Amino acid sequence: MSYVTKSPWVIHYDGSSCNGCDIEVLACLTPMYDAERFGIINTGNPKHADLFLVTGGVNEQNKNVVKQIYEQMPEPKVVVAIGICACSGGIFAECYNILGGVDQVIPVDVYVPGCAARPESIIDGIVQGLGVLAEKRAAMGSAPAAKTEE
Amino acid sequence: MAKQTIIPFGPQHPVLPEPVHLDLVLEDETVVQAIPSIGFVHRGLEKLVEKKEYTELMYVTERICGICAFGHNWGYCHAIELLMKVDVPERAEYLRTLWHELSRVHSHLLWLGLLADAFGFESLFNHCWRLRESVLDLFEKTTGGRVIFSVNKIGGVHRDISPEVLTEMATVVAGMRKEVNELINVFVNDTSVKNRLVGVGVVTKEEAEDLCAVGPTARGSGVVTDIRLTGNGVYDKIGFEPIIEEAGDCYARTLVRCRELIQSMDMVIEICETIPEGEIAVPVKGKPEGEFFARLEQPRGEAFYYVKGNGTKNLERMRVRTPTNINIPFLVKSLEGCSLADVPVIVICIDPCISCTER
Repeated sequence: MSYVTKSPWVIHYDGSSCNGCDIEVLACLTPMYDAERFGIINTGNPKHADLFLVTGGVNEQNKNVVKQIYEQMPEPKVVVAIGICACSGGIFAECYNILGGVDQVIPVDVYVPGCAARPESIIDGIVQGLGVLAEKRAAMGSAPAAKTEE
Repeated sequence: MAKQTIIPFGPQHPVLPEPVHLDLVLEDETVVQAIPSIGFVHRGLEKLVEKKEYTELMYVTERICGICAFGHNWGYCHAIELLMKVDVPERAEYLRTLWHELSRVHSHLLWLGLLADAFGFESLFNHCWRLRESVLDLFEKTTGGRVIFSVNKIGGVHRDISPEVLTEMATVVAGMRKEVNELINVFVNDTSVKNRLVGVGVVTKEEAEDLCAVGPTARGSGVVTDIRLTGNGVYDKIGFEPIIEEAGDCYARTLVRCRELIQSMDMVIEICETIPEGEIAVPVKGKPEGEFFARLEQPRGEAFYYVKGNGTKNLERMRVRTPTNINIPFLVKSLEGCSLADVPVIVICIDPCISCTER
């Protein structure tokens, strides 16, 4: 956990999920699971966010919304696909309006499977995403994660 | 006339856990018209009847919505059972009613939390969701899943609950009563909460009837509508009375849900104590043929399941009518004339479930 030296903020968007994963994402932020102990705050503003949590697959109507949120986020940014629908389309993969997983539209860094994904695995996915975030920050040549703590 | 401005609300908005888009036409701070547009979550799962067998489709209907998953599953099984003339054992009906009422407890606690979030009472939101976790623990203990259970099947249920666990369930739910009452006390009596709810988004009984509103939304305007009265499940055996409030504002809708929360917890305890012994499922043979529909009272209102079989293992058509879809005209009506700051509260007050609406 040494790389959690900054407070990463997350933004959550419901692609076309059934709500199951969404409420589990929210449940992660409430007292029982309390992802805020890692300094994680759920923000509604893409310009404040480091991590993008997407639940559900993408369809014709929402693919532009997903793209827009992704493009508005500042670099470095990490995308976590939560639930099997966001990973591959899941049970709805055969539906006429589902293009597939989120990776059809934007690059995905961490995949969290499950239907619905359990809060434990969602938190695990977020924490893995923090590792990717630190790597990306280092690769960009900005201050490495360890230095910001002095 | 004041200059009109259009403010877009959604699809990605801090107060909305789900995407829905409203164009709000404003004159100064007052909303004169709200134009909804939906379709961000549309998957087209009704079309899956062509690809999945009627027994597999159960798992698809469950994923219409992750909050009222059990109810959707039950409604679909109920329609198929009526179509194939299957007599479900009494114990299975009791178990289904038990899980359904627990789902209502979890759904209403979730909604109270979202409402608190909508008017900016963050600690109240966290308390509601903390309590909700004890219900989810009961689900996990009895079905194995937290939000999606897959415990129904056509002709009954997959899992039985042992007498010890039933006693434990009754104890846990009875123990929650005190904390739930404390929470409800805040929603009902706190001045700052009342300032945000009383007199906001008023819809009269006549208007609600004209707009065909369903569920707690309609009952908050004094409309007597509750599908639990029509006799699915075992509601006739456990003494069920619908809860009606007359005022028609956001406060009345909150009161209805608070009282239903207590009522559902009472029903859960009663079922745990009076559940009869017996089989939990009957074998089902044959293929569905003909058409039928079933109705069910979801936490958000009446849901309607239509199935049409043609004697093969795939159904010919399945159609679901969900409560939020029906309540959108009600929402548009209640937004007219409100102030911009009240929009999130009014939107949350119909308890929107967008993934039900768009399927």
